Amino acid sequence: MRYLLPLFAFMVLAAFLLVGLTLNPRQVPSPLIDKPAPKFQLNHLHQPDQIMSSDENLGKVWMLNVWASWCVACRDEHPLLVQLARTRIVPIYGLNYKDERNTALQWLKRYGDPYAISIVDSDGKVGIDYGVYGVPETYVIDKKGIIRHKQIGPVTVDSLEKTIIPLIKELQQQV
Amino acid sequence: MVRQFNGVMKAAAFVLVLFLLIPLTGWSKEAVPVAENPEVEKRMLLLTENLRCLVCQNETIADSRADFSNDIRREIREQIKANKTDPEIIQFLVDRYGDFVLYDPPIKPTTFLLWFGPVILFVLGLGSLIVYLRRRRLQIEDVSLSQAQLEEAEALLNEDKKGKNV
Repeated sequence: MRYLLPLFAFMVLAAFLLVGLTLNPRQVPSPLIDKPAPKFQLNHLHQPDQIMSSDENLGKVWMLNVWASWCVACRDEHPLLVQLARTRIVPIYGLNYKDERNTALQWLKRYGDPYAISIVDSDGKVGIDYGVYGVPETYVIDKKGIIRHKQIGPVTVDSLEKTIIPLIKELQQQV
Repeated sequence: MVRQFNGVMKAAAFVLVLFLLIPLTGWSKEAVPVAENPEVEKRMLLLTENLRCLVCQNETIADSRADFSNDIRREIREQIKANKTDPEIIQFLVDRYGDFVLYDPPIKPTTFLLWFGPVILFVLGLGSLIVYLRRRRLQIEDVSLSQAQLEEAEALLNEDKKGKNV
């Protein structure tokens, strides 16, 4: 029995390391979950003279997708967002993060525009408020303006079907 | 005549070489400080040395060249200029990025294991060492030797001494 002890200790250690392998150190849990979404007033991307306030969306469930034309992973998730927008399940708002206006507009023309409104955060200030550190990031915000979910990195079919869409439907039931 | 010309040429060449020795870099401007305000920069660096860059997670925000760190440094500079205190600035970042930005995690229920785990392991190790040593001491019994054994031992020891004397 006492000779099995080292083997046992090794197995416990191996189990811990194995679990550690499945964790993603890039997924830093956001402290903003279940907190009010930071307020913003930002210019539209298409009509720069118009301003969108985050308060306009109070009373509905909405998604905020942070993207940029320089962001490669954004291209991966983009077709999914275009598809989601077509289903009209939820309005998606695009936060164009630290980007050039012209390249951003071209990018949307080329890959499709799923956004109800695109807004511009050219110096990344609103990005800091939302704790953005790796574009793309997607937030689900409820009717009271509370952040309910944050997806770090591109949305996938899996994350949409298993987490985001069920959550949105549930939030839409709430008054 | 030709000799004289050669002499002039030599003098000219010498002067030319002298000109080449003028240190052109000496004329460059004085180095411009990185930040307009060295005080702000100093405080910003002190703060960011204990903050983690979330993009390149093993670097501090002070060291990192990532865009993210640039933005945070700029934000901190602005907040310092706006007369925010250090704890206020740290809290601002923790509110947005979580405790993960801190290289020094705060003591709270979720980090108890992290903070006190090593102490607990140490106490456990020390305890089991003491128990083990005590038990071992109990196992060592005083063996009483018979007269015959003592004599035999004596003989062996003497034999050894004799051997040395030779």
